[in-house]
Parts: sequence; structure tokens; C-alpha cells
Amino acid sequence: MTGSRRRPGSMLLLLMLAACVQAPSFMRPASEPAHRIAVLGWWLIAIATIVFVVVMVLLLVPLMHRRQEIAHADVHGGGGERMILIGGALIPAIILIAVFLFSLPTLSATITPSSRPRYTIEVSGHQWWWEVTYHTADPSFRVTTANEIHIPVGEDIGVRVNSRDVAHSFWVPELQGKIDLIPGQTNTFWLRADKPGIYRGQCAEYCGMQHAHMGVVVVAQSAAQYADWLRGQEAPVTAPRTTDDSLGAQAFQRGACSLCHTIRGTDAHGVLGPDLTHVGSRLTLAAGMIPNTRGHLQGWIANAQGVKPGVAMPTLYLDATSLQALAAYLESLR
Amino acid sequence: MASIAARLDEEWRTPHSLYGELSTVDHKKIGKRYLVTAFVFLIIGGLEAALMRAQLIGPNERWLSPDQYNQLFTMHGTTMIFWYASPVLSGFSNYLWPLMLGSRDMAFPRVNALSYWTFLFSGLFLYTSLFLGQMPDRGWFAYAPLTELQYSPALNMDFYALGLLFLTISTTIGAINFVATAFSVRAPGMSINRLPIFIWSTLTTSFSMIFALPALSVACVYLWFDRRLGMHFFDPAQGGSAMLWQHLFWVFGHPWVYIIVLPAMGIASMVIPTFCRRPIAGYTYVALATVSTGVLGFGVWVHHMFATGLPPLSMTFFSGASMTIVIPSAVSLFAWLATLWGSKPVIRTPMLFMLGFICLFVIGGLSGVATAVVPYDWQLTDTYFIVAHIHYVLIGINLFPVIGGLYYWFPKMTGRMLDERLGRWNFWVMFIGMNVGFFPMHIAGLLGMPRRIYTYDGSMGWNTVNLVTSLGAYLFAIGVLMFVWNVIKSRVRGAIAAGNPWDASTLEWSTSSPPPEYNFEVIPTVRSRDPLWEDRLEPPEQSSLREGPTLTDGRLTVQSAPLDADRVRLLHMSEDTLLPLIVALVMLALFYALLFRIWGLALAAAVMLGVATAWWLWPQHPEHGEG
Ligand code: HEC
Ligand SMILES: [Cu+2]
Repeated sequence: MTGSRRRPGSMLLLLMLAACVQAPSFMRPASEPAHRIAVLGWWLIAIATIVFVVVMVLLLVPLMHRRQEIAHADVHGGGGERMILIGGALIPAIILIAVFLFSLPTLSATITPSSRPRYTIEVSGHQWWWEVTYHTADPSFRVTTANEIHIPVGEDIGVRVNSRDVAHSFWVPELQGKIDLIPGQTNTFWLRADKPGIYRGQCAEYCGMQHAHMGVVVVAQSAAQYADWLRGQEAPVTAPRTTDDSLGAQAFQRGACSLCHTIRGTDAHGVLGPDLTHVGSRLTLAAGMIPNTRGHLQGWIANAQGVKPGVAMPTLYLDATSLQALAAYLESLR
Repeated sequence: MASIAARLDEEWRTPHSLYGELSTVDHKKIGKRYLVTAFVFLIIGGLEAALMRAQLIGPNERWLSPDQYNQLFTMHGTTMIFWYASPVLSGFSNYLWPLMLGSRDMAFPRVNALSYWTFLFSGLFLYTSLFLGQMPDRGWFAYAPLTELQYSPALNMDFYALGLLFLTISTTIGAINFVATAFSVRAPGMSINRLPIFIWSTLTTSFSMIFALPALSVACVYLWFDRRLGMHFFDPAQGGSAMLWQHLFWVFGHPWVYIIVLPAMGIASMVIPTFCRRPIAGYTYVALATVSTGVLGFGVWVHHMFATGLPPLSMTFFSGASMTIVIPSAVSLFAWLATLWGSKPVIRTPMLFMLGFICLFVIGGLSGVATAVVPYDWQLTDTYFIVAHIHYVLIGINLFPVIGGLYYWFPKMTGRMLDERLGRWNFWVMFIGMNVGFFPMHIAGLLGMPRRIYTYDGSMGWNTVNLVTSLGAYLFAIGVLMFVWNVIKSRVRGAIAAGNPWDASTLEWSTSSPPPEYNFEVIPTVRSRDPLWEDRLEPPEQSSLREGPTLTDGRLTVQSAPLDADRVRLLHMSEDTLLPLIVALVMLALFYALLFRIWGLALAAAVMLGVATAWWLWPQHPEHGEG
């Protein structure tokens, strides 16, 4: 697969993403585990509504017989114990036990997949982006990307999560509940999508200045498309084809970029920032914050601090030519 | 009798001078100071919220920088939970306990004063961070390792760790004082089965504080050690544990939730019966429910951590425990309902607030049950649903009873009634604002909006809910300001209040409004739960409020036996003294010294603290008990 052939596909995905004004609601699930959780949720909402209405009736009915004067009004005592025991203890106990028991099957069905997943990916949290690692057929070779997770539809995917710095929480509402990324600890988790599509997720554990912009996208596609994508990611970079590209490649290697970023197949081995080997193929930049277009890419390289204040990537004050070249080069890395 | 009153007045009066104000140990003055100070913190926390809601009113607003927003939401939570919600209840307790118990002061009046001064100074300490532009910015539960020096190098989180540590001193000694008071300084005959429910709830809370606060203190000390002494308690890279913070914090934090709502429920249990013209239904059940909530509160902390990758069995256990704790709350709820059902209620502003409280209590309780269901909580946790839940709980179950309680006891405290007409407006504006502002947050949560984000993109579909939330929040704020206005206005021009304007049943209403400094001319002898309704309820034995010991030789009150409250001996209460203020000031110096790491000053302050403590403990009345 060459870059140019995949391009319309990713453009289409980008358009879909931009058109996606629907909120990422977990009450509109797109996977079997999320569906189970949403069903549980609707039940809880229904029960809560009934209880609320009943209690409000019990609260408002006695207000219909009021008196106006308080001073020296008569006082009487006693009674009400039966109401307390039945309404306050017995009925709530029955409801709560039922809810508890009802939640157990959902718990066991959503905490682990029914069968051992064939694929396992690794997700590491960084302030404020996600590192995603895929295993390949060759055990010594892994593919690393960032902020975008591709999965085949209808397949249980194992996910191992950890954090490289502070606590984060991985959350794609339409597909699954949350799992925390805790430094010094690896948690296992699983994902599944039953409908193809692009699902937006976000870090859910406050992790510092740009916690609001630690987004992630999950792209669920057919098995064939997924295999294509993975093959594309496995490929090493293609040598720069235009002069602009090779100027960009030089600027990347010479400048500070290579200290923080890796481009597989070149001398750039930095690990502080996202792997950029196939950055051109991604839908978004800076953890879901901006769409991956030439203009935004250039804006980001020119002034990352202005776009996302506080990120580890410095504003490097590049001249216009190297800026353009860099952007062209990175865009060509599909 | 006049001469008795004159002699008591001479013994107990605090002179109207600066010295008098600074040295007073009168529980009523301290209680009112607590209330006013806590309300100032409420307003400050509210302003912080108002700024945040302005940022979130529409998508991609950037007029607050992420750094400013993060400081604001952290300070909002910290201020409201630690410097408003608990101290405001301490204000009620300090003011009301001796009056409800028929005593002349708390067990340790000087400790009481110290507890107030340290509360005030810890708040001032925390807010000096504002002037340095380094307010805490890691959230009110400040998860490690984001709080470690590596990720938070400025003073922000030192203010948090030391400020909270300072505050726990205030809270702990206050709690000890309440426990001591409950078990020893009650009117003869005020046996344990006659205690007003408000006393039960604050007593439960005080025990919870004593057991819960050490976990917070330890967490704060560890954090500060990590940050400034190079230790690694919470640093996984060096063998520490990030989860240790979460456990310590929530072992403290969940009981704390009950600490800041139980006494407010206790307020409701005092107000509702008065306006229903009958004693509370199921007194014993309510008392038991209160105590068991306090106990069970220690067994549910893990429900804040369902997404941290714990084993399913332990999650199931804590899910079950979290559901169990609903039952005592439901018992209290049905006790209020049963009280209403057995009566023809009178509706006045205090009662309106209690009715509103019950409605919000139910919503907050039901959303709480949803979060106890593990798989659903994986979706709910850390979203705006939780923000909605916590506000229904804290505003619904703390602020509504507090404001209702102030409408109820303001006449006692000041001798003037709050304006009833303004009060009704006040209630409806707050109640509507509350629901318009906070109910949509549930929906924002269901729509996938995480909490603690300083902005959101227009494409996320959260615009409308946030707009409505912001507008509702401003309406709510107007409601709170109406209350403040009512207090200011009525303090000056309100109708004069009689001793017992609501014809209520408990001892505090047997005094004049406001009560004399010595509270009771005659120490009452109590024979029923509702001493002021005995003419109508006709219990087998009648209390004696006008005849009994007057104890005019010095500051004296009766010490009674813990359970049945038989008179044991006389207690000599301490005189006014500057000592609590001095000790608190020395502590303030100590905490600033630690903050700026001026070790010489820290050492000097520590030594002075030792000296002051010795002075404090020096016996003054060897033949009497000491306050
Ligand atoms: C000090 C380390 C550092 C340096 C130097 C650095 N970056 Fe970055 N870069 C980062 C980090 C960290 C991120 C992730 C920021 C985020 O999303 O929060 C990043 C993100 C990016 C991204 C977006 C990747 C994605 O998938 O979202 C691009 C493109 C990028 N950098 C290009 C460059 C270029 C070009 C240079 C050199 C001019 C450069 N970087 C220099 C640390 C660095
Ligand atoms: Cu994060």
C-alpha cells in the first residue's frame, strides 16, 4: 500500500470525525460490554425515577393539610414506626439486594472478555498523550503509534495499560468503562467494537495542566482494513521523495526534534514525545486536539506552546523554510 | 432572682473590648464566629465556581488559562469541603450544644477557642497562596504522583499539604471537645436516650473525625516529606506507591462525606418536628441509623477506586457495603416522612428548606446508589455525573439544612427574626437555581463529559447542558446572596424574637433570645426528650427548668455521668484567656516556617509551642476539674 492510495480513506475518516457532533455518550453504546453496562444504567435510572416519584408523593401529600399558626399549637406524639421500618428498611433492602445481584452478571461479563483475546495492545499514559504499542508476528518487533487505536470490529482486544508519569484513566465511553493508568502498576483491560466507526475517548483522571486535551480516537474497521493499516504501520519510513521532504528530514535530524521523537528507520530515537514514523497517517495531532492537516501541523511545529500550553514540546522558533519543509516531510510519513 | 442573674453575669461576662473579644472562650461567640467565617469561605468558594462556570458556559472559551482554571477548581473543592462544610457545622454545634444539653459551656472552653483560631489561621494560611499566585492545583483529592515535586515544583501543593495538616489540628481538638462534652457536661437527667438527635449526629461525627483524620494527616505529612525532605512514599519510580495516597485519602475521605452531612441531617431532625408539632417519629431508629452510618462510613472507601484495577471480589464487597449504607439513610428519610404523615405541618422558611433538602437528599442518594454499582461506576466515575452527585449531596444535604437551620436558630442567636417573605424568595430561588444548575450535570456525565477539564470542543455535543448549568448556577448564587442580604438586613432591622418563637421543644428555647452569657440561670433538671412540650405531651415525669442549682461561685457547671446523666460533681470552667490565640499564632508561624523552609524559625516556634502547652496545662484550680 502506498501513501497516496490510502489518502482518500483517511481524508474520509477525518471528515467523519469533524462531522461527529454527537456526544460520546455511554448510553448509546457501540460494543457488547458497553451495551450491557448501558442496559444496567437504564434499569438504574428507571428504578431511581420510580423511587423518587414515590418519595415525592409521600413528601407532598401530608403538606395538603397544613395549619397556619405555630405558637401554642397543640402537640401530639408517637406513631410512625411501622412506616419507618417498612419504607426505610425493608423495601430499600429488597431493592438494593436486587440491584446488587442484578449487577453481578454484568460485572463478570464486562470485566473480562469471554474468550482469551487474540490481539493485545499496550497503552501508556504520558502528560498529555497516549503511546500505543502493537505486537506483530515477529516477537522482537513492535509498532508504536500515538493517540489513535485501530481495532478490528467484532473482536475482543486485550489492552495492557500503564503510565509513564502520573495517573491517567483510559476511557472510550461508547466502547467500555474506564481503566486507570497508574504509574508502577500494569492494569489489564479489554476493548471491543461491534460497529465500525470512529470513537472518541479522553483521559478521565485529572493529570495536570492539559488534562482537558488528552484525547484518544479508536478506529474500528473491518478485519481486512485493520490488517492493511497494521501493515502500513509496520513498514519503515520511505526515503524522502521531494526536495522539500528531504530538507524537512534534515531539519528533523539536525534540530531538536530527534531528541524527543522517533522515526523508525532514521537516526531519530527520542522517546519523550510520540513516535512520528507514520504521523502523516493519523487523524489528529496533539492527542485529539487538532485535526491533522498541513496548516495545523505547521502551526503546531511553529508554536506547540501556543496551541497546547504547558506541553513538553518547546516552541523552537524555526525559520519559515524549515518549518514548511518539516511539515511537508511529516505529512509525507504515512 | 435578679441578684442571681447579676452574680452570674459578673462571673461569665466577657468585657466589650478588644481584649475581651480576643480572649473570650464563650461557646456562643465562638460558634457564631465559626458560622460567619465558614460563610465567608462559602462565598469565596462560590466566586471560584462562578469564574469556572463562566469559562464553561460555551465551548472553547479560553479567558481563564488552564493553570488558572486548575487552581480555581482545586481551591473551590478544597475550600468548600474543608473550610466551609465541616466548620459551618462546628459553628452550629459550638453554639447549640451547651444550650441543648443544659450546661454553661463546652467541656473545654479554651480548647474550643483554640479550635476556632486554628481553623481561621489555617484558612488564612491556605489563601496566602492566592497572593503568591501559587494556589493548590491538583484537585481536592490531589492524587499522587501528580503532587510530587517532580510534577509540581512550586509551592502550590505545599500550601495544600501543610494547610490541611493545620486544619486537622483544629478539627481533631474540636472533635475531642465534643466527645468530652457529650459524655460529661449535660444537665442532670439528660440521659443518653433523651439527647436531641442533633447531639447524636454531631457526636457520631466527632468520633468519625477522631478516627478518620489521622489518615489524612499521615497522607499530608508523607506528601510534604516527599516534596521537601526527598522521601518517596508516593513515588513509584523509587519504590513508593501511588495507590497508597488513594487509600489513605479515601479511608479519610469517605467518612468525611458523612461528617459533613450527618450533623446537617441532625439539623433537619430538629427543625422538622417543631414545624410538624410533634416529636420526631422513631427517635431510637434515627439515633441508631445515625451511629451506624458513622460506623459503616469507614467501610466503603474503595468505591472511589473502582477503576483502579482492583480484584473483582474486593470490588463486589465494597459495592455491597456501599449499598448497605443506604439503609440507615433511608431510615432517617422515612422518619422525617413519618413525622410529616402524623401531623398537620406549619410551613415557614426553615421548614421549606427542610422540604427542599429532603427532595435533594433523595436525588443525591439515588445517584449515589448508581455509583455503587461497579460496572456502571466504570462509566460514571470521574465524569460530570459525579460532579452532579457530589453537589446534590453537599448542597442538598449540607447547605440547605444549614440555611434552614440558620432561619430557625437566627432568632436565638441574635434576638431578631429573619425576614419571612425574603426567606421564601430565598428558598425558591436557591431551589430552582440548584436544580437548573446541577441536574443537567448528570446528563453531561451521561454524554461522556469528564470532570476537571478547563474547556471543551464545540463538536463534543456538550454545549447546551453547559450553558444551562452555568445559568442555573448563577441563579443559585443569587439565592445564596439573598440569604446573606437577609442576615445583614434582619440583624439590624428584623422583628424582635421571643425566647421561643417557634414554640419548639428543646432546652435552647427555654433561654432568652439571645441567651445570657451563662446560658441558664438555673441548671435545668431534665425528665423527658421534649422539656418544653411537657405541658402538652404529659410525660410521666416533668423536667424542672426554673428550680435547681444556680452555681454562682465562679464559672461552674454540672458534670454528669456519661449515660444516665446523674450529677457527679461541679466543674470549674476556665476564664477568658489569650492563651488559645497565642498558641494558634505560634502554630501559624510554625506552618509558615515549614512552608518557606526557614528551619530556625520552625525550631523556635516548636519550642514556643512546648512552652505554651506547659503554661496551658499548669493547674489553676487544683481542687476542681479543669477546663
Ligand atoms: C522536548 C521534547 C520535544 C521536542 C524537542 C520536540 N517535540 Fe514534538 N512532541 C513532544 C511531545 C511531548 C509531544 C506530545 C504533546 C501532546 O500531545 O501533549 C509532541 C508532539 C509532536 C507532534 C504531534 C504528534 C501526534 O501524533 O500528536 C508532532 C508532529 C511533533 N511533536 C513534531 C515535532 C517536531 C517537528 C519537532 C522539532 C522541530 C519536535 N516535535 C520537537 C516533545 C517534543
Ligand atoms: Cu491524563
